[in-house]
Amino acid sequence: MTKGDTALAPRPEAAAKVPLIEAIGVTRILPGIVPTTLVHDIDLQVGHNEFVAVTGPSGSGKSSLLYLLGLLDLPTKGEVRIRGKSTAHMTEEERAQTRLTDLGFVFQFHFLLPEFTALDNIVLPMRALGRLTRPQMRKRAADLLDSLGLAEHRHKRPDQLSGGQRQRVAVARALANDAPLILADEPTGSLDSKSSEQVFQILRDLVDDRGKTVVAVTHDLDLAARMDRRVHLMDGGIVSDESPGG
Amino acid sequence: MNFGLVLDVAWLHVRSHGRQTLVAMAGVATGVGFSIMMAALMQGSQDDFIRQLVNALPHITVQDERRHAPEQPAETAFDAVRIYGLTPEVRRRGIKNPLAIMASLEGWLPGAIAPSVNVQGIIRYASRDVGTSIYGIDPRREPRVSELVDQMREGTLKDLYGATNAIIIGDRLAEKIGARVGANITVQTSDGARINAQVVGLFHAGVRSIDEGTAYVLVRTAQILARQTGLVNALRMRVNDPMAARSVAARVERETGYKSVSWQEANEDLLSTFVIRNVIMYTIVGAILLVASFGTYNIISTITYEKSRDIAIMKSLGLTERTVRTMFVVEAQMIGLAGGLIGFVLGYGLCVALGSLEFKSPFMDTSHLPLAYSPVHYAIAMLVALASSFAAGFMPARKAARMHPVDIIRGAT
Repeated sequence: MTKGDTALAPRPEAAAKVPLIEAIGVTRILPGIVPTTLVHDIDLQVGHNEFVAVTGPSGSGKSSLLYLLGLLDLPTKGEVRIRGKSTAHMTEEERAQTRLTDLGFVFQFHFLLPEFTALDNIVLPMRALGRLTRPQMRKRAADLLDSLGLAEHRHKRPDQLSGGQRQRVAVARALANDAPLILADEPTGSLDSKSSEQVFQILRDLVDDRGKTVVAVTHDLDLAARMDRRVHLMDGGIVSDESPGG
Repeated sequence: MNFGLVLDVAWLHVRSHGRQTLVAMAGVATGVGFSIMMAALMQGSQDDFIRQLVNALPHITVQDERRHAPEQPAETAFDAVRIYGLTPEVRRRGIKNPLAIMASLEGWLPGAIAPSVNVQGIIRYASRDVGTSIYGIDPRREPRVSELVDQMREGTLKDLYGATNAIIIGDRLAEKIGARVGANITVQTSDGARINAQVVGLFHAGVRSIDEGTAYVLVRTAQILARQTGLVNALRMRVNDPMAARSVAARVERETGYKSVSWQEANEDLLSTFVIRNVIMYTIVGAILLVASFGTYNIISTITYEKSRDIAIMKSLGLTERTVRTMFVVEAQMIGLAGGLIGFVLGYGLCVALGSLEFKSPFMDTSHLPLAYSPVHYAIAMLVALASSFAAGFMPARKAARMHPVDIIRGAT
């Protein structure tokens, strides 16, 4: 049995006690004549199979926190741990490798590569990782597109797809290497209500059916209310962390 | 690094931006093509000039003079004696015992040798007088040291043996005085020597001054005209390797005592101007390549800057800075390589077109532009194109790849 065949199944670590990702005292200050604090003293733990909403007003540091968790940005103070392993002293190559294997990104704008077909956009991170053969990669990409209702759009380029379809392709790309953690930055922010609902439902299914962890930044409080846990930020700091239990 | 991925993405970028790619390739091709043409033209004219120098003249000429005044007996006897300003005794000019000298040189000379006697005179025919340089030659030896045998239009060199006082004249000279083969003409020198000669052949060197003012007779006939029986004015040599003429000339001079001048020495001033000429040539070709490389840089770097967002996306997906940078460098190299190859075709086509142009001059035969088809020109042009393409891809890709993906993602819409 190939990895492509088992890619959609939950990972065994789902049952582990170690948090999937955690921020410990994370502060990010942009240098300048007047230094700007994006986030400060963030302590956050996200476990396996969680659906977390990060909310807050504009400029509260939601996206900044997401980029720090996704190793796209480096904290000025504190550290981010993934599966208990510190990322503070990772090289650029190690961070890139971690993004390939453990993290999947979905942005507000689809950010698909315009010259690539939907299928090739999904194959790209798989090729960068290089664990599967070419036919296995294409089969897995096709399966992902099929599972998101895009079977007939495999060979279309992004400009031939609707906004909702593009965002679904972006979700499929985030799942390409079977990363356990999906980080979504306003994933429905640029979509109409129908497409928003579709994308939300896909994210929900990732958690419920595939055992993924999704951390989604959103300013839509109704959407956030439908997620399992809501972390609210204000002026760069966490002001509330509501989980179903608490 | 997954080089297959790098190649595929680079190829996809190149392929999917047809117009930009074509413009970039056209820029590279133009630079490469024109620099090849210029190099071919400059190198070709220089080679042609040297070829003419080497072929038109003997490689070595032993002259009937000495480089230094002969040592006086007092100088030979006493080391402290040096004599300056001595008026030498009057001697008859000319190389003595030419046959013995030639026999001794032929023992080791890597080439051929022929004697000649030169005398200035007037050719008179049908009441027309034309000043002429008259050369006495040996028809058996002459073909090995000059192009005269190939320049014959009527008759052969050996026809000089066919009549008493036979003479071969330039075709324009013949036309000027109205003489044909078989005509009897009068040759007179300033010393008063005068002979009747029969025209046995016509030659055409292609240079008007030669064709209008030169004639060839046998050595002994020229010796009669010059009143120097047994002496010759020069021994002309052609060596197998023209570039070795300088060292061969030095040995000949050591052995014979006569001033022996190689073609390089005879044209030293001219050859030294080639250094300046080469500087000019490489400056011009370099300037063309430089301008072309700026164009290449401009186009390719613009394409790369436009891809900043893609670079950020690929980095966010987990591709390393090095992989992303390499993609754009490879993309630029693909454009540089394809443009360079098109430039080869363009450069070759321009050379062929220029080479087909005919130039007519009243002093020379119809000629074509001399062009050098050298693989070195193509290699240099391609190397410069690839280097500028590399820089054009590398610099902006490095800058873009170093940028924080977050900065680009935040700014993108």
